Amino acid sequence: MNKGLTWYIVLFATAVLVQVLFMDAIQFSGLVNPYFYVIFILLLPLYVPRYLQLLLGFVLGITIDVFSNTPGIHASAAVFMSFLRPFFINSTNVDEKDRGKIPSLMNMGTGWFMKYSGVLILSHHIFLFYIEIFTFSNFINTLTRSVLSALFTFVLIVISQFLIFRK
Amino acid sequence: MRGLLNFLIKYHVFFLFLFLEMFSLTLIVRYNNFHRVSFLNSSNVVTAGIYDKTQSVADYFSLKHINETLSEENARLRQQLQSLLLTDIENASDYVIGVDTVEAYSAKVIRNSVNKQYNYLTLNKGAGDGIEPDMGVVGADGVVGVILDVSKNYSTVLSVLNGRWAINAKHEKTNHFGPLQWDGFDPSFAYLEEIPYHVKIKKGDKIVTSGYSSIFPEGISIGEVEEIEHSSGDTFQEVKVQLSVDFGGLFYVNVLKNKNKEERIELEKSTRNE
Repeated sequence: MNKGLTWYIVLFATAVLVQVLFMDAIQFSGLVNPYFYVIFILLLPLYVPRYLQLLLGFVLGITIDVFSNTPGIHASAAVFMSFLRPFFINSTNVDEKDRGKIPSLMNMGTGWFMKYSGVLILSHHIFLFYIEIFTFSNFINTLTRSVLSALFTFVLIVISQFLIFRK
Repeated sequence: MRGLLNFLIKYHVFFLFLFLEMFSLTLIVRYNNFHRVSFLNSSNVVTAGIYDKTQSVADYFSLKHINETLSEENARLRQQLQSLLLTDIENASDYVIGVDTVEAYSAKVIRNSVNKQYNYLTLNKGAGDGIEPDMGVVGADGVVGVILDVSKNYSTVLSVLNGRWAINAKHEKTNHFGPLQWDGFDPSFAYLEEIPYHVKIKKGDKIVTSGYSSIFPEGISIGEVEEIEHSSGDTFQEVKVQLSVDFGGLFYVNVLKNKNKEERIELEKSTRNE
């Protein structure tokens, strides 16, 4: 199941709108801020040129930044995540026949997808929360907030797989 | 030269990564220093337009709450008006001073956040309605923030819940003042610092704006003292303040224009230069 350019443009717009209109409104005692928009980076085809992944990550991040008045914060975190992604993919053995596919939960299997999205979401969130607060004081508090938020984003993204790719 | 070129081509991904990260970090640091990148914030037409549309849909679901807060404010203002009318005008000079120097614009909040480290609001009024950067923003219950950027029809507000800013606040009873700043955790509390130890502060005391900056007039409510923290070895006490504004439930705010601001800034500048 392959998707074209249009599908990715729609995914980009949806990811951004869902993030700024719904996710940013979620407030659990200031601890949990899910960053659902990373789904766009997760669902890019497995073997896009790496420079393109970085650029797309940057464009996605800066778009979120413009909406939330945080120039550079989301951009740097999204670029960081896009940079890590190929390393994770290369470290796992992806079947020859799966290479052209979208790395969705259905295409890649539950175990692979959970590891893949878990690792990348967690690294994105930790990077983001430390960049945002710009200090290592309150180290534990920031870590707690990033891990809880990452967990929440992870659950949302796994659920979204069933909504986006339903048969 | 050829070797360098080959090296760059071989590691182009890594260099692109470094370049993009450097660029982002520059943006962050520049914004920290209040060098404003105006097209990169939510007062621009596209982003503010989207917030405006969605907020107007969301408003329908909170009309009841908005009505209640507005009618409460009405009642309070009517009460104040009554007590003013009852006061003997000749002895009331305290009330009259400064009345003419402040002008208020009403604006709607179309975007707000309380759960980030640096929170901002977006308002549906901009330069076209007379809003300018550095004007104070107050809600029905007290201080909300200060105007940061304006476009033609929208403006962004630096919220009190933003560690990049401190309000000049004072203890109402004793007039001792200091900076009041949010610590990034709970949106209902902020800290008033630099209050010397000899000042007696009790729980429930009012904290108001000092009027020492030209952004807010004196005496606008900020909050009430929740507890006083004495850390040993410190020359000042730290006062935890319960903010009077519920930042999660803001719908309408007033933007204050200080008519004598230029004159005041001019005067203060010339004093400093002498």
